[in-house]
Amino acid sequence: MATYNTSDFRKGLKVQIDGEPYLVIESNFRKPGKGNAIYTLRMKNLVRGTVLERNYKGGESIEAADVEETEGQFLYRQGENYVFMDTANYEQYELSSEQLGDAWKYLKDGTLCQMILFESNPITITPPNHVVLKVEYCEPGAKGNTATNVTKPVKMETGAEIHCPAFVEMGELIRVDTRTGEYIERVKE
Amino acid sequence: MSESRNETLPQRREVARPGADHWQPTAEWPAVRLRADLLRRARDFFHEHQFLEVETPLLSSETIVDAELEPIGVTIGENGENEETFWLQTSPELCMKRLLSAGAEAIFQITRGFRKEESGPLHNPEFTLMEWYRTGDGMEEGMGLLSDLFQRLMQTNPAKRLSYRDAFLEYAQIDPFEAEPAAYAQIATANGLAVPAQLGDEIDDWRNLLLLELVMPHLGQSEPVILFNYPASQAALAEIRNDPHPVAERFELFYQGIELANGYHELRDPHELRRRTEEANRQRVAQGKRLLPPSRRLEAAMRAGFPRAAGVALGVDRLVLLAAGKKELAEVMTFPFDRA
Repeated sequence: MATYNTSDFRKGLKVQIDGEPYLVIESNFRKPGKGNAIYTLRMKNLVRGTVLERNYKGGESIEAADVEETEGQFLYRQGENYVFMDTANYEQYELSSEQLGDAWKYLKDGTLCQMILFESNPITITPPNHVVLKVEYCEPGAKGNTATNVTKPVKMETGAEIHCPAFVEMGELIRVDTRTGEYIERVKE
Repeated sequence: MSESRNETLPQRREVARPGADHWQPTAEWPAVRLRADLLRRARDFFHEHQFLEVETPLLSSETIVDAELEPIGVTIGENGENEETFWLQTSPELCMKRLLSAGAEAIFQITRGFRKEESGPLHNPEFTLMEWYRTGDGMEEGMGLLSDLFQRLMQTNPAKRLSYRDAFLEYAQIDPFEAEPAAYAQIATANGLAVPAQLGDEIDDWRNLLLLELVMPHLGQSEPVILFNYPASQAALAEIRNDPHPVAERFELFYQGIELANGYHELRDPHELRRRTEEANRQRVAQGKRLLPPSRRLEAAMRAGFPRAAGVALGVDRLVLLAAGKKELAEVMTFPFDRA
């Protein structure tokens, strides 16, 4: 198992603590001019999202997490589960809606997502920052109203709801920011 | 797991340095100008006090032997027989003290120090030091001059004096000259500190943990604070005074929770220098670090006669950081180590 020594500590490392994978979000080095150094890591649990802070003495080491980033293509939904295929080796994985979080709102057949595997099991799915989805249902918009500050709820083809400007019509394509869940613009077919 | 996955396990040092396109300085021009201004005013101060500006080697065959200071070695020579390791100085201390033995009375230097693997918001492996020595001075005079200089550079009140022991009693509720490791552990737990799993039972490791976590954040929040009378085990190259609790005549200045300067009433005894150097090397070996060459030339200088003196080293990058109201050294350095 690969390990990281305190001199390797830096933001962005993926490490394993008590059997769980963490992403280092902050790495700090403190040391009195004459005296032993203390290395502090702030880490985010990649499964649960909780944050952990630990101190280390110089020379200590921690296990690297067997975490891999790969591309997962969304194939189909099976009951409460979502099936993805690793585009590198065609291996298929099932994730529960709980594991997906809000990502399900932006998934349609074939969507390519960033998939993080821990010990070969998927733990998170991140859809592309921007996705284009079809409007499945909304109330008709007032003709000629091009104001963007008047919004209405719109149901997208994935079944998720989003707030769009009043001029958006059924059957149109819209671009959505998956990080904020906000409407960006209409897209011509 | 496929074979290709095994090969892509995280490698050591997988996070790369910023690329060549990150060519710009990280400090903004006002910080660069502020640094120049502080350096000019510091030189004015030393000249007014009849200090001679000196230069000493950055690359030297000897280096300070300290359990917790890792020098960067530079190998000179082409093949095995001619190879010799020189050391980028962790501070100009050894050579400046040799100048005292050679007759210097008051000297200062603004130079670079190098410390391997010290990287963080307040550390850069290469940094700027202002270091000065004045003969005739003991700890009291050394603290006075440091306070005067700091007051002049930063327009603060005079530094408040606080003994190491009183600081621990006040901010960590522990007597650093009496307590056992178990008592430190108890204080750490009571304050919710994350204790390194391998901290062990070295009393100074515990003292430093509480210093960093509980004491330092309080130091110098209004006026600068000079901590003095350090535990004898942390004397480095300071004189030790045989009080009921022997103390090192060592002092440090803190401002806004940041350690800025370290000073000694300088050790004068060559035998004690050798004893401390050997002890530091023993600790280094115990920690799996390499042996460093003994400070033979300083020993010889001390045998020739070393005057009573006080000396101080002050971190210039941190000084600029505080003067500029910044949080990280990169904001006051043109090219920090990852862009160097």
